[in-house]
Amino acid sequence: MKQDTAKSLRVFAAELAIYAVLVTGYFFLVLHLLGNWLYQLETQHRILYAVVAILLIAGQAVALDAVTTVLFRLLRRRWR
Amino acid sequence: MFFPISNSHINPLYLVVVGFVIGILGGFFGVGGSFIAGPALRLMGVDWNYAVGTDLAHIVGKSIVAARKHRTLGNVDMKLGMIMALGTIGGAEGGAQLIQALKRAGNVNTVVSWVAIVVYVGISVFMLWESHTTLRLHKGRSRRTVQAAESKVDHSAFGPVTKKIQGMKIWPMINLPTSGIRISLWIILSVAVVGGFFSGFLGGGAGYIRMPSMVYVLGVPTHLAVGTDLFEIVISASYGTFTHAIKGNVDILIALVMHTGAVIGTQIGVVATQYFAGPKIRLAFVPLPLIGAAIVVYTLVTGHKL
Repeated sequence: MKQDTAKSLRVFAAELAIYAVLVTGYFFLVLHLLGNWLYQLETQHRILYAVVAILLIAGQAVALDAVTTVLFRLLRRRWR
Repeated sequence: MFFPISNSHINPLYLVVVGFVIGILGGFFGVGGSFIAGPALRLMGVDWNYAVGTDLAHIVGKSIVAARKHRTLGNVDMKLGMIMALGTIGGAEGGAQLIQALKRAGNVNTVVSWVAIVVYVGISVFMLWESHTTLRLHKGRSRRTVQAAESKVDHSAFGPVTKKIQGMKIWPMINLPTSGIRISLWIILSVAVVGGFFSGFLGGGAGYIRMPSMVYVLGVPTHLAVGTDLFEIVISASYGTFTHAIKGNVDILIALVMHTGAVIGTQIGVVATQYFAGPKIRLAFVPLPLIGAAIVVYTLVTGHKL
């Protein structure tokens, strides 16, 4: 039982580290590129901005969830 | 990092940490965490209208992840969620209309603040009494007869009242096999309208009132109430995000950054529900509405927005 907990914690720590690297890259690449475009959209086409905002947050939710799930599976398999 | 839409400078690490904390709360309790996210953004100098709208957008993403996780674990009653969504949207519109009426009367801040304090403290006191009583009764029984394997069965001291509500045969009666209950459609819609009303009136997803209502009034097991509530929040927060974005109150870039932290936090929260029995989850929920009440009392006493 204690071994399982220790293994889970180790996997989670590794997942967190890899995830942090991915998220940092994401900030600098995607958000930097999207920032100006979204700002223009928000000032000029509010309804389109509202739709894009919901799609972006929903898309990110599904994508990041998939990334973390895959990471968790890979790391667990590796440390089994 | 500069966020041009809300014209604010915020350290992205701060947003990630705030998202992480709210993610844990959302995954574990099935609440949106608006009573923490809004003030956290306000602390960084984001205007109040952007704090409310951006928080709603962030809640959409967080709740999608949490609801998906709960669905994988079998914690979402889709039929109940779909029915409740109808009532929630109607109630939210009613709450928003009352806000508009109070705005016209010129006393919106005072009325909403007092209602919030009464609701938050009332929920906390009731849940403290109920979960404490249930745990005490269950502890006494478990010493004598109940096996350890049964410790995750959902008991409630409010059970007899819930049974009476379920026994009200008002046509049409709805079967909810996932939740294991049969109840009148009107009772489900009433709970949803009340939850939606508080969402429109006090802001956020109103999970702090919908989740307890589902457990105590409808008799939905706590784990299912948490998952189904999150499913509900996806719908009500999406509606809120859309209307706020049209009014220019959403900085989606801030929401996207906050959400990256929430993804990991939610995973921890959802997994944690598997290790706690219903009454323990409800007992741990008690301080959360009190935090909201404390913030409102602070704003009333000092006159500051936060």
